[in-house]
Amino acid sequence: MEVGGIRKYIYSDTELDQEEGQIIEELKANSQQIIPDPDEWLDEELEQNIFLTTVDAVINWGRRSSLWTAICFPACCAFEFIAANGPRFDLARFGMEILRASPRQADLMITAGTLTWKMAPNVSRIYNQMAEPKWVIAMGACAISGGIFASASYAVVPGYNHIIPVDVYVPGCPPRPEALIYGIQMLQKKIAKRRNIDIGKLIRK
Amino acid sequence: MTVALSGKEIAGQIEEKLPESITESGQDYLVVKPDSLLAVATFLKDTPGLDFNYLNFVTAIDYYDHFEVVYQLTSLEHNHSLVVKTRCYDRENPALPSVVSLWQGADFQEREIYDLMGIRFEGHPNMKRIFLWEGFQGHPLRKDYW
Repeated sequence: MEVGGIRKYIYSDTELDQEEGQIIEELKANSQQIIPDPDEWLDEELEQNIFLTTVDAVINWGRRSSLWTAICFPACCAFEFIAANGPRFDLARFGMEILRASPRQADLMITAGTLTWKMAPNVSRIYNQMAEPKWVIAMGACAISGGIFASASYAVVPGYNHIIPVDVYVPGCPPRPEALIYGIQMLQKKIAKRRNIDIGKLIRK
Repeated sequence: MTVALSGKEIAGQIEEKLPESITESGQDYLVVKPDSLLAVATFLKDTPGLDFNYLNFVTAIDYYDHFEVVYQLTSLEHNHSLVVKTRCYDRENPALPSVVSLWQGADFQEREIYDLMGIRFEGHPNMKRIFLWEGFQGHPLRKDYW
């Protein structure tokens, strides 16, 4: 593996391409199953002992009122999101007009658009870089199921839920900004029900 | 408006310089033998009066028994255009000469044709997949894919 004056990387372009190909193939092989909504796992224990504490209420209020969005806009649904973010539909009313270029400062990912397998490792990486707690809204038909590409495409991921867990699905091709805002309100209601302090754990101690 | 030159007239001009390089010519296109594609392209680009200095696009079509690669050429100087086609009958390992040395714009488009149709371009500086990842099996725009 020699590094000449001309070469930019230690690895040649071919080696980088092969590495990328391996990562994609591996991800594709590992994501044939749909990942369920993470909050569904919690339901059983939650229903046994529901104590909505004041602390929970305050924390959830803070979290749901300032959802910051990570930029993950691979295709055309992005324009509806931009419209929703603009002055006419005014997403700032929900405390989330800020788009975060760094996923580490974001807690919501709005997946606006078709995802190809070549792009999938990067989206998975952005999701993994986001700090907990984090939520995902699948926006549009392509994000939910692959949309028009679902049945016969060799290159399109059949839904983001093969790669990352999704909380709220907003149908449409693309969804109207009103629909997206409704989806965000649904997510806010969901966050409001979230329990942050595990009472059962405290009692066991 | 760009004038589409007659393929027959141009074919006559080419035949004088490069005999037996044209297999077929029509009102608005001419079909070139793959072996003499580069020579004909050089002729079309460099001959005064023709000066096809701009390549609009390269694309490929699958006709089951052969592939057809289409080059749309334009002269920005004289404002005229011409369609040049070439055919490739080998399905297992199709190959054609690359025109990147003449028109830089063919670079990515030839890579795209290789990626989706599987036609290799000899002499291309970077002949590898462009849209799909390395290790992808097959060439999806072929009609027998699947």
